[in-house]
Amino acid sequence: MSTRTSHPAVDGLLPSAVPVRFVAEDGTAAEPPPGYPAPEGERLVEAYRRMVLGRRFDRQATALTKQGRLAVYPSSRGQEACQIAGVLALRPDDWLFPTYRDTVALVARGVDPAEALTLLQGGWHCGYDPAAVRVAPQCTPLATQTVHAVGMADALRRKGEDAAVMAFVGDGGTSEGDFHEALNYAAVLRAPVVFFVQNNKYAISVPLAKQTAAPALAYKGIGYGIRSEQVDGNDLVAVLSVLTTAMEHARSGEGPFLVEAHTYRMDAHTNADDASRYRESAEVEQWESADPVARLETYLRDRGLLGTEDVTAAQKAAEEFAARVREAMNADPEADPFELFEHVFAEPTGQLREQRAQLESELTAPED
Amino acid sequence: MTTMTMAQALNTALRHALGGDERVLVFGEDVGPLGGVFRITDGLTAEFGEDRCFDTPLAEAGIVGLAVGMAMGGFRPVVEMQFDAFAYPAFEQIASHVAKMRNRTRGRMPLPMVIRVPYAGGIGGVEHHCDSSEAYYAHTPGLKVVTPATPDDAYWLLRDAVADPDPVVFMEPKRLYWAKDTVGITARQAAGFGRAAVRRTGTDATLVAYGPSVPVALQAAEAAAQEGRDLEVVDLRTIVPFDDETVVSSVRKTGRCVVIQEAQGFAGVGAEIAARVQERCFHSLAAPVLRVTGFDIPYPPPKLEHSHLPDVDRVLDAVDRLQFDDEPDVRHLNRAAS
Repeated sequence: MSTRTSHPAVDGLLPSAVPVRFVAEDGTAAEPPPGYPAPEGERLVEAYRRMVLGRRFDRQATALTKQGRLAVYPSSRGQEACQIAGVLALRPDDWLFPTYRDTVALVARGVDPAEALTLLQGGWHCGYDPAAVRVAPQCTPLATQTVHAVGMADALRRKGEDAAVMAFVGDGGTSEGDFHEALNYAAVLRAPVVFFVQNNKYAISVPLAKQTAAPALAYKGIGYGIRSEQVDGNDLVAVLSVLTTAMEHARSGEGPFLVEAHTYRMDAHTNADDASRYRESAEVEQWESADPVARLETYLRDRGLLGTEDVTAAQKAAEEFAARVREAMNADPEADPFELFEHVFAEPTGQLREQRAQLESELTAPED
Repeated sequence: MTTMTMAQALNTALRHALGGDERVLVFGEDVGPLGGVFRITDGLTAEFGEDRCFDTPLAEAGIVGLAVGMAMGGFRPVVEMQFDAFAYPAFEQIASHVAKMRNRTRGRMPLPMVIRVPYAGGIGGVEHHCDSSEAYYAHTPGLKVVTPATPDDAYWLLRDAVADPDPVVFMEPKRLYWAKDTVGITARQAAGFGRAAVRRTGTDATLVAYGPSVPVALQAAEAAAQEGRDLEVVDLRTIVPFDDETVVSSVRKTGRCVVIQEAQGFAGVGAEIAARVQERCFHSLAAPVLRVTGFDIPYPPPKLEHSHLPDVDRVLDAVDRLQFDDEPDVRHLNRAAS
């Protein structure tokens, strides 16, 4: 029998052995985890409203895709606790670096829904002004945004701002080299950044078991000297509590923080995907019972923080929001082909000016 | 006017950029106390502190990705890729983010930053240290691609690159690092950013070159003059933006053109130049536009690199094939038949 003793520095960095949880799947209170304060009731009610709205938005975007109004939509249904807690843990002066699956978080952050959907509608790439809302363009190349987040965090520190950065990434993204470079750079630079891994169990079709042999993705922090935690990603109370702690840790100069949320992607990767080819419906049904919105609703109702009127009001607000989204996305503004040449450089090169003139003559040529 | 090596000119440019704009940051592998493996950042950490010029962990995608985030946050990073081939891990960051951020965000999020790449061969380097990688960057819309051939251009084009509103890949010909010439620190000697320079005027043919091939072109022109041929030499200075005007007006004047590049020829920058010249100067041309390039092989080991690199003889051989005797050049047909 050998006895292993861990280095004292390790203890403060390792995640809990089991995911942090405040609320059980049936909505009853779980054993309160040590070290993480429970968020105030008012904040939780606000989170509930936003989750209801976020879910309705997600359903609307999926419907718009089926109608051909959006080219593609990667749904985050089932991940609302992560989407909303991730945003509620941010201050207005913090930055968010999202992925393509985080449109619900963008809308919760205050990005105009039509601008948030520009990428998927196909009118342009990023439709919003990143600096105005402190949200980086949604990132499609996996995990590449995590290094940008570190650079932005270091920029904030250099400018003397006490704000921090949150980078969203998925379970598949943790296999990319950039994710590991980002963790290492963040730790070495002691950058104020939180890496928030939404482990929704699938990278398109590839299940987590084929993605990693780690006991949990949260353990990827320890090798870089980064404090890490794992949390029940369908428990809004837990995700909000841990992310709030993580952001405060980053803002106070303690360095980066890695949080893994265990959640589940209820829908296929996108509308173009067929999830029945790689997972059983029984598995999906099992996760229905862990639904994050229903769980928070039960928890808040049981505590007298939420009444039927509040639920109805939240649903009504969500319906009104969805109607506004439908209206905006049906407007279909004309895309300007000459804009193609405008943003390649600050000033178009001579070659680009020639090519613009060529397109102009093509577009104005009389039809045969 | 001061005389210095290209390495010293680059170092001076970085020093002046750091001193003149507190948003400028220099970082990369070994660029701190060591001063970089080629000493381009020599003394900068001592002068400006570790906050302004610092060593990073050894990960190139991380270096460029970090620079992207810093530029988004209002800084002007100047990063060093230690060698041409060591920049490949950063290629996704460069092609997908550095080059596209302004465009993706409709001009709202420009990324002023400089990626310095010591490139090309001729220094006896072992494998992975001598690639001519300029075509990868020049082929990527959204990147400006610069390569100086003189210390004065090294100084001024680097100052321009740091001040530019767009990302610049600044390609430094390693074998010219130690070449000395005059640098006008207070007033530039050559034209501004984006303009090619006529390094030698001539009437019989135009040699178009850039970076490490410019001295080869000039030496070839000197040798040709001994044989009574008067060659003009155009130095591109910036591959992107490409100065059609200077190249075209030279070729229209001389009626003959040889494009010289050290890189392998297939699908290279020289092919683009030859096509552009042919499209614009067809009726002025007395002979086909020829290319003098490296061979289409992985960069050779040090003892064989002299067989690969375009030299004066290869350039003169091409000049000889420009149909000065009014005979069509059929040598390539004979080669194919043999």
